Amino acid sequence: MFPYYEPDWSVLPPELNRRFNPAFNMATIKQAINEAVERVRMPTPMRLRDLIRQIRAARTAAEERSVVNKECAYIRSTFREEDSVWRCRNIAKLLYIHMLGYPAHFGQLECLKLIASSRFTDKRIGYLGAMLLLDERQDVHLLITNCLKNDLNSTTQFVVGLALCTLGAIASPEMARDLASEIERLMKSPNAYIRKKAALCAFRIIKRVPELMEIFLPATRSLLSEKNHGVLITGVTLITEMCEVSPDTLNHFKKVVPNLVRILKNLILAGYSPEHDVSGVSDPFLQVKILKLLRVLGKNDPEASEAMNDILAQVATNTETSKNVGNAILYETVLSIMDIKSESGLRVLAINILGRFLLNNDKNIRYVALNTLLKTVYIDTSAVQRHRSTILECLKDPDVSIRRRAMELSFALINGQNIRTMMKELLTFLEKSDSEFKAHCSSGIVLAAERFSPTKRWHLDTLLKVLIAAGNYVRDDVISSTIQLISETTSQQAYITLQLWQALSVDVCDKQPLTQVAVWAIGEYGDALLTAPIEDGMNFERPTEEDVINCYQRILWSPQNSSTTKQYTLMSLTKLSTRFTQTNNKIQQIISSFCSSLHIELQQRGVEFSQLFGKYNHLRSALLERMPPMEVVRQNDVQTNGDMDETEDKTSESSPQHYTSESNALLDLLGPSDTSELDVISSTAIPSQPIPSSNNQDLLDLLGGLDPMPMPASNTDIGVILENNNSSLPLNNNQTANFLSGDILNTNLINEKHVPVITAFDKNGLKIVFAIERLQDSNTVSINMTATNSALSNMTDFLFQAAVPKTFQLQMLSPSGTIIIPSGQITQVLRVTNPSKAILRMRIRLSYVLDGTPVQEQTEVNNFPTDIWD
Amino acid sequence: MMQFMLLFSRQGKLRLQKWYVAHPDKLKKKITRELITTILARKPKMCSFLEWKDLKIVYKRYASLYFCCAIEQDDNELLTLEIIHRYVELLDKYFGSVCELDIIFNFEKAYFILDELLLGGEVQETSKKNVLKAIAAQDLLQEEETPQGFFEDHGLG
Repeated sequence: MFPYYEPDWSVLPPELNRRFNPAFNMATIKQAINEAVERVRMPTPMRLRDLIRQIRAARTAAEERSVVNKECAYIRSTFREEDSVWRCRNIAKLLYIHMLGYPAHFGQLECLKLIASSRFTDKRIGYLGAMLLLDERQDVHLLITNCLKNDLNSTTQFVVGLALCTLGAIASPEMARDLASEIERLMKSPNAYIRKKAALCAFRIIKRVPELMEIFLPATRSLLSEKNHGVLITGVTLITEMCEVSPDTLNHFKKVVPNLVRILKNLILAGYSPEHDVSGVSDPFLQVKILKLLRVLGKNDPEASEAMNDILAQVATNTETSKNVGNAILYETVLSIMDIKSESGLRVLAINILGRFLLNNDKNIRYVALNTLLKTVYIDTSAVQRHRSTILECLKDPDVSIRRRAMELSFALINGQNIRTMMKELLTFLEKSDSEFKAHCSSGIVLAAERFSPTKRWHLDTLLKVLIAAGNYVRDDVISSTIQLISETTSQQAYITLQLWQALSVDVCDKQPLTQVAVWAIGEYGDALLTAPIEDGMNFERPTEEDVINCYQRILWSPQNSSTTKQYTLMSLTKLSTRFTQTNNKIQQIISSFCSSLHIELQQRGVEFSQLFGKYNHLRSALLERMPPMEVVRQNDVQTNGDMDETEDKTSESSPQHYTSESNALLDLLGPSDTSELDVISSTAIPSQPIPSSNNQDLLDLLGGLDPMPMPASNTDIGVILENNNSSLPLNNNQTANFLSGDILNTNLINEKHVPVITAFDKNGLKIVFAIERLQDSNTVSINMTATNSALSNMTDFLFQAAVPKTFQLQMLSPSGTIIIPSGQITQVLRVTNPSKAILRMRIRLSYVLDGTPVQEQTEVNNFPTDIWD
Repeated sequence: MMQFMLLFSRQGKLRLQKWYVAHPDKLKKKITRELITTILARKPKMCSFLEWKDLKIVYKRYASLYFCCAIEQDDNELLTLEIIHRYVELLDKYFGSVCELDIIFNFEKAYFILDELLLGGEVQETSKKNVLKAIAAQDLLQEEETPQGFFEDHGLG
């Protein structure tokens, strides 16, 4: 952009530079003589220039370090000797060393000594050193405050200037408090050079300590009546800060709006002034500052906004836009127009300026435009919509930050009307974009498609394209939402299955999510693959069963596929065994080969599914039924959950089986309705009565068969199966699942009630049996005591007493009776609460009268199942 | 408000650092290192702005030297480019076709010029002439007080 600098940036050292003619240079002659003299005199410290040369001549980092260390040691020693003649030079060297990254804190105090010196050179370097070496954590601040106070009263304007500059850079809250009144005095100085610096110091002081603002207020207003641009710009900066800090001051300064408008008007209308001109624009720095202050003053104020409408329009139309500088002003103008209560015509003008920015050759201007549009798009979408095509064009920009902004902006612009065209562009973008964009972009597309899809078919197509284009960068939620959509869109299932098969038959190693969705769909609707009519215009080659199985084999055997994908595939393959007719043997073979898989999840599936081909073959088709369509809101299901209807059971069995192989993401699908349903299920499923269906019995046997297998992870799955016998919902809940499965697997006390039963006492014809049930979501178990009399005569006055350790709480309900006839029984319910989850022990005492003889028995029950509290 | 300005070479060597916010030395070094690596890794066709933490970074390369400024969210990044350019112009006027070596060997002058253009992270003077005049006057002050003996060299050397 500014080529006239380029040729002159020489890489040559000064002595070889063309501007540097050694033959006629006094300095070199002087240097030669100096060096000669230095050989005989006391050595003076190395000069800054020589040190820099030496350091630059170092070829290795170690060499550089040694030069620096040597010099630092020397500088330290001169500091110790209080050498005031060369202090300035030594600090200058130290500052250079500091810039290279070496520690230089030992120079802090020396800087203060330099500042205290009366020589201007010393002060100049001393203040420079103070700005570079001190930060506000330093305790030397008190010392420097005193130095500053002195110099702020100096008669030399440049000494005052140095002090102001330093205060502006390193003002700490304490310094600000100590020196505020000095600054206030200097703000009224007749010297413009000092006034402008004092104004910025005041700005910094207010930034650090806002409550100091008061004292500067009177002196501030007059800064705006200046001619000097330095004072003007610093004054505007100061007022802006004051207005941002306090609403009262903001109101106070509302009356300067006309002044600001006048200054701005003068700037844009006045003729060429060489002093402040920047490529044809008059003092852009001041213009931008004024525009920013106008923005602050006009915000939420119709009256002030009205007063600045005209000038904003003038700036917006009159500014030269061929250079960056003009666009900087336009950019600030747009921001102001959007922020104040401006006329609608002006807003359109502002958006159009941004639209023009988008077409600019300068990438910086395009970036700024996109950024600003992104901020305004929610305020005025329709105006931004007009520039949609330009924004879409920016998706192809070579600059990655511009592409990112354009993408975000495109998503913000999508609506029901433009979704088809927008999506087309965005999908192309997704295909070609870098990996860093893919996750974000695919999620954005999925969200937009969910909100604005014109048809289900289009929605499915879009999701499929996302899965293909974004490959492995697709987020997990996309998988589950796609599956859900397929499941609930019954009319499109055949179509999308064919599409997915086509996508699957090319190489998909880098598209795990696609593979997962595809095998899920083929597993569910695999018959469609073989029989569904092919729509016109669809270029589809119908696969044979063999083709599909071969493809599955490839997926399962490929080491590139993740184990989750393989789990999906294995489940799907099992399902296909009931959809396909000729390939069952092969399917069985593949599945059984996973019985010895090293991966525990896959092995488990291999073993479980193999069972379905052997002993439980008759169950297979029922278990692997097609899933019922998933719905997001499923209020009605709550009623049917506890339904013991046999047909209901049959259809539902496929779902839990299926779900055990899905990732958790799929379970999330059930969404918010999840918990409410669970409550219903558990309350009905657990204390359930013996289930009349033979089907369920078989299922329990099946579990028994699985039991001895060394699969710790299987607990939940079996639990789910059990639980879902009574529900049509594929749910997983660890608490209930573990409870059920734990009992089954660990105690082998399966009875028809699914509850563990222990015999507490069996003597002289009296048998006491405990049936233990955990009450939901509590630490309480309910023990159903049944006392059976196998003696030949009545037991009368039967009394059952129980005691538990103190950590438990025991509640006994009244017994069903006190007389047990021969072969009869009575029951009594005990509730035991166990907050500490300790192992339950119970002492029981039984008393009754048998044949006129009182009998008393006492025993301890220790054989409670250990996992009832789990 | 500008928070800091860094000048560094294409090789990643720091040439000038001006901080308008108080950070411990360690943090300054960390920020510097991070920004230098980030900016040097950017391709020439990329735009001059990047978002970094809650700041906007504006940078521009002039020959072998990168000028990099950190500004706050409500600052104007296009104008910051102009500030950088103004500074380059001032250096150029002062040194006469400035090059990286001028700034290496006369880094203190580069700081002095910057301190006449910006104060506390804000522009204090919009006239190039005024800045150069102030610098020249101060240089003169320095010269006057330095004894001009042939064998002495009391300046920075």
